[in-house]
Amino acid sequence: MTAITADAPVARRVSVARGYRFELVKLLSQWRVRVLIIACWIAPALFVAVISQQASLPVDTLFGRWMHATGWAGPLVLLGFSGSWALPLLTSLIAGDVFASEDRLGTWRHLLVAVRSPRRIFVSKTLSSLTVILVMVIGLVVSSTASGLLVVGSRELIGLDGHLLSPGDAAARVLLAWLCALAPTLALAAIGLLGSVALGRSPMGLLLPAVVALAMQIVQQLPIPVAFRLALPGYAFISWNGLFTSPMQRGPLLIGVAVSLVWALVATGLAYFLFVRRDFTNPTHDGSGRLAITAGLVPLVVLLGLTTAVLAPVTGFGSGIDQDKVQRAVAVEFAHLYRLQTKQLNRADVTEAQLQSAAECTKGGDQVAARGPGNDWRCVISWHIPGVEAAGSAIYQLDINPLGRYVSDGDGPKEVNGFFLVRTPSGDEPNPLWQFDGNIELLPAN
Amino acid sequence: MDTPPAVRARGLTKYFGEVVALDGVDLDVAPGQIHGLVGPNGAGKTTLLGLLLGLAVADSGTLEILGTPVGRALAVPEGVAGFVDGPGLYPSMTAKQNLAALARLRGDDAQTMNIDEAIDQVGLTDVADDRVRGFSLGMRQRLGLAAALLTKPRLLVLDEPSNGLDPAGKKHVYGVLTRLAADGTAVMLSSHRMDDVESLCSDVTILSTGRVAFTGPISKLASEDNELDYRVLTSNPAAARRLARQTNGIKLHDDDLVHDGVELLVISAPVPALDEFVKRLVQDDIAIRELAPVVSPLEAAFLALTEQQENNE
Repeated sequence: MTAITADAPVARRVSVARGYRFELVKLLSQWRVRVLIIACWIAPALFVAVISQQASLPVDTLFGRWMHATGWAGPLVLLGFSGSWALPLLTSLIAGDVFASEDRLGTWRHLLVAVRSPRRIFVSKTLSSLTVILVMVIGLVVSSTASGLLVVGSRELIGLDGHLLSPGDAAARVLLAWLCALAPTLALAAIGLLGSVALGRSPMGLLLPAVVALAMQIVQQLPIPVAFRLALPGYAFISWNGLFTSPMQRGPLLIGVAVSLVWALVATGLAYFLFVRRDFTNPTHDGSGRLAITAGLVPLVVLLGLTTAVLAPVTGFGSGIDQDKVQRAVAVEFAHLYRLQTKQLNRADVTEAQLQSAAECTKGGDQVAARGPGNDWRCVISWHIPGVEAAGSAIYQLDINPLGRYVSDGDGPKEVNGFFLVRTPSGDEPNPLWQFDGNIELLPAN
Repeated sequence: MDTPPAVRARGLTKYFGEVVALDGVDLDVAPGQIHGLVGPNGAGKTTLLGLLLGLAVADSGTLEILGTPVGRALAVPEGVAGFVDGPGLYPSMTAKQNLAALARLRGDDAQTMNIDEAIDQVGLTDVADDRVRGFSLGMRQRLGLAAALLTKPRLLVLDEPSNGLDPAGKKHVYGVLTRLAADGTAVMLSSHRMDDVESLCSDVTILSTGRVAFTGPISKLASEDNELDYRVLTSNPAAARRLARQTNGIKLHDDDLVHDGVELLVISAPVPALDEFVKRLVQDDIAIRELAPVVSPLEAAFLALTEQQENNE
């Protein structure tokens, strides 16, 4: 072909800013997207308001049991739900469709003629879909937080190790938790972009982030090595729990966020690689070729393997749950919650140091090694009260899931954990020692 | 200074894998010319139009558009607009919103025609605020043309623009294209409708299996074909039949037609013999009520040329 001359009046390519605005207009013109945005800004408020008014709370969801106690529990309950369902579905419907919709409408050639740069189209579509997803996430946070604060109020939040977080501290950590959840959301969005580019009109492209998220959830419930668990891009949807302990469990959180961001970059890069190589003049080619599968899927599997290999020396190959960690976590949490209960009952304050709480935990009645997840953990907790010679003790049954989360169900002195409610000067309140949630850091203690 | 041709292609070849979509295509389109592109399905029409829009680059050959050599994809000069495989429109937006979004995408400085004016030119003013989702194919084609008009193109490339058009729509589109051509815009359009091409285009290129079977003025194409079938409706069929038999070069078909109770003659004749036949009819005071080719000259030539090329392969 004849080389083009330098001064040829070639049509200018459309700037990314204009392309971004064009893509945003197209996205927002779809009723589905508008409905989703409105739902993200309204539904959480209704959900939190309704749940907070009910007598029965979602105690099987993290922080669900504290929705009557503080408005800061609402956005955290929603975050737990969003990480499992809402965010994967939202990313599917937005990022998973942003390229495929042009295939469906047959508008690729029109768009290329108008913009004259596949690279700029890619950047514009990526940025516009991320913008819409961000608006939805902000809606989830603002709506659930505002509702929680209006309906219940800004009060102290009980952390996952039983310590109290002031309203200001709780606000900062709630915001930080949602910020951390943006990383796996970005990873899912990037997987959505990749699916949208690679699978074209196929419905699988649209569903890819939701399918990947569901697969990751299933895998996370299996007793897999902790290195593999942390190498999955959705782990930051779980590891934000570490923000609500003292000290914060930063290790898993930072690893989870970093892994998610690496996945976001790699998946976006792969989507870009496939997109700019697509032949838009061939009407039979919508991207769902063999290259799309091999160049899209194989590198991500390799990335998962590499990440696992890199993390393994740091995290070890076990489950990350052992007897020492369980005993320490339960004893510390019990001391914090005992102090809370003391305050509720208007008794003389006692510090955690004075309590000298300790736990002896076994698994499976000493029939199996005391490590790993399971609902057969049993802990005997003992504590001391200043001026009282005899040590108090209580027995807790622990159900520890593979992620390190546990629910402790107590059986002990009736004045400690004998009843679901405690009678306080201001009325009946949930007994913090009756049943409590906790979190075990899966990384080695050292 | 001479005005460069709107399109000048020499030896354009394009492959899709092992399939040869275009095979040494030469093409010239002058400014102000409405140039038809016809050919059977799979002949390479859309591929050629795609090259003109810059969607792809030829594997070999040279292409100049508006005097500028085109060497890479999406690098055609300013002033080229149009669509292939149907206009790209977004069904969730109204007609006006589609054009407004497109205008903003290109930048206000590039916009030379008012959106309302463009919509009015293609006759869609009444539905300008309706969502495109409810538009018929013909309305979409007209809106696609309006979108192309926004930048006041100097080369307009249209793939099957008359698809789905009703008579009113066709009138609007033809009017727009004719006015554009009169203002110096070159229009390159593909169509399967030979009557559309004949009535609209001054020149035509016939593609068959990626090769040019003919390119040039339609009048030349018609004269090159020696013999066409005509149907003749006269005031005196029996006398007309007798005269046809007496005229040299006229072949009378046996399968005469009856139209509204009147007998129609079907004859085969080259143009000089047809002229002689008409002269004799007039001399014998026989009124000619209808004289039309059974198959249009372009269609006949198209069928003959494409069949000939396929037989040669």
